[in-house]
Amino acid sequence: MAIHEPERIWWNPLSKDERVWVGVALIWMLVSFIFMPIYHLVGSQNPPSTTYSVKADDFDKLVEGMVSKYKVGEENGFPVVHPDPSEPVFIRASMWQWYPILELEKGKTYKVHLSSIDIQHGFSLQPINMNLMALPGYDYVIKLTPTSAGEFHIVCNEYCGVGHHTMVGKMYVK
Amino acid sequence: MANTDFRICSLSGLKISRSSELLIRWNLIAAFATLAVGGLMGLLVLLTRWPSVHLLPVEHYYRFLTAHGLDALLAWIIFFEIALVHFTSAVLLGTRSYVTWLGWVAFALMLIGGALINTIVVLGRADVMFTSYVPLKADPLYYLGVILFAVGALIGFIHFFINIVLSKRDGGFKRSLPLGSFGLAAASIIGILTLAHGAAIFLPTLLWSMDVIPTIDPSAYRLVFWGLGHSSQQINVCAMVAVWYMTSAFVVGGKPVNEKLSRTAFVLYILFINLASEHHLLVDPVLSSWHKVVNTSYMMHLAVLASMIHAFAIPASMEVALRKQGYTRGLFEWLKKAPWGNPAFSGVIISIVLFGFLGGITGVIFGTEQFAIIRHNTFAITGHFHGTVVAGTTIAFMAFTYLLIPFIFKRELIWKGFAAIQPWLYGAGVATLSIGMMSAGSFGVPRRHYDITFSGAPFSFTFDPAIDMFMSMMGVGGVLAAAGGLLFILIAFGSIIFGKKLEQQ
Repeated sequence: MAIHEPERIWWNPLSKDERVWVGVALIWMLVSFIFMPIYHLVGSQNPPSTTYSVKADDFDKLVEGMVSKYKVGEENGFPVVHPDPSEPVFIRASMWQWYPILELEKGKTYKVHLSSIDIQHGFSLQPINMNLMALPGYDYVIKLTPTSAGEFHIVCNEYCGVGHHTMVGKMYVK
Repeated sequence: MANTDFRICSLSGLKISRSSELLIRWNLIAAFATLAVGGLMGLLVLLTRWPSVHLLPVEHYYRFLTAHGLDALLAWIIFFEIALVHFTSAVLLGTRSYVTWLGWVAFALMLIGGALINTIVVLGRADVMFTSYVPLKADPLYYLGVILFAVGALIGFIHFFINIVLSKRDGGFKRSLPLGSFGLAAASIIGILTLAHGAAIFLPTLLWSMDVIPTIDPSAYRLVFWGLGHSSQQINVCAMVAVWYMTSAFVVGGKPVNEKLSRTAFVLYILFINLASEHHLLVDPVLSSWHKVVNTSYMMHLAVLASMIHAFAIPASMEVALRKQGYTRGLFEWLKKAPWGNPAFSGVIISIVLFGFLGGITGVIFGTEQFAIIRHNTFAITGHFHGTVVAGTTIAFMAFTYLLIPFIFKRELIWKGFAAIQPWLYGAGVATLSIGMMSAGSFGVPRRHYDITFSGAPFSFTFDPAIDMFMSMMGVGGVLAAAGGLLFILIAFGSIIFGKKLEQQ
């Protein structure tokens, strides 16, 4: 019993039921294991992994550079930016805003640089529900090709203080 | 120590020494008390997240959420596990707990650490959540509290090995440990490795919070923290599985069908779970995709294989034992005639089923690369781990409490009728809560979020109206679970204080 010492010899062969069960489970696990790298190669829903190290001040300058060059309007005090797809695009997270509002073109591929200038934030693009971490000190590069036009929102889903629930940003695809 | 220090428990036949008995009792009392506090915090947090109630103001929500995580996930479970350490390394072997003073040092450190954490959090000086991701900063005393608690737990797990070495010397066992003790040995090994990660990250963070170290890299913090945060859940899994085996043995006389298989499965946990913790970082910058893919596929699935083995071996042990008692008609007479009215038995079955189907399966799914990006930090994750640590570990520990109260406290349970329904009530509540959370999360509802209507935000955003139903499901389930939890606390403390005394030698 589980509460008594086992018999002298407990390294016994498995019965048929056990062999079948463990065999099926092992095969299932191996399939899951193999499928993950395979899907990484054939799938199109992989989290990106290009990262640069960046200082908050430098990232800020890059963001402001893009905003002054490509600003096309303003909404609730946030600049609306329509960047050139051939140039890098920036999204800055801070307590408690996503800055600026990007206006992207459907079908074009952008390199979106995501970083935080203070603490950790969670980039959560709704309603398509795409979630990535924004860490201070790191520039996370997302190759993004919008496939549907419309209005999207960025919600913060990593706790970042009392204003966390007010941290909502916006993004347009035209 | 003299032999008169031992008594024989007439219900279980266990030979119990006074030293182990006291250590187990006090660790259990601390566990029940922290569960009560953690559960109350959980109820308040639940009533805030339920949009139609939205109870607490914003600061209190995050404060109580931090306390809920620390009390319910850390304190309740680890105090109970240290009680299990003494139960399996001394009581099951029929020897005493050695170096008793060390056991009390561990207990005192955990108690002081836990009290310090709770005080600092309730005072509002550590609104940083369970994860305390840098550079979000708490009062240095908060990190000190975590370190004290962790050092206490570390000593507790080390105590397991001191006990079994000396027990073997004194003839407590000759060749191998009983399977229940073997499971706790696995838990203790993982515990020591895990708490080493805790020291590796919380010591520098403490120094950083005191301005001794200028910065802590947020990415490195996340990597090492999850070596503590997720690996420590494997301590819980090992302890829970050991409880499943032991309950099967105590209640129906179940015998592991194959010791080799069950023991190998515990070893798989030890070997493979640590690296799999990297699934927390799947959508983080810094680490390469292949690094993440290898660690979270290969390593994780071998740990899952271990759970698959236990999922077969434990029901099999029960079936064999019940068939031996004469319930042999048809395929399922043994199942029909099983002691469903015994909360220790029903609790363990509920724990096995919910852990597997709610917590385990969703864990495997959310831990894959392509799913992490559509589930990371959403409410689905909260639903997943309420399926593992609440519907799995907590219910198993509650079930085992119904055995430990007569064995260790020498008291009969009070309110036997209520005790018989408690696991069902609690299990149904947690399952509903967990499914509600996971469904809402699949629509993008974030975890740890005060207001999903985003009042005060510069832009308004509304989730799919389907989430209203799922959030209500969470609310109703949570209230049921809170009622089941309150019933457990009342039965546990009521039995310890007012239960009929069981006379033993």
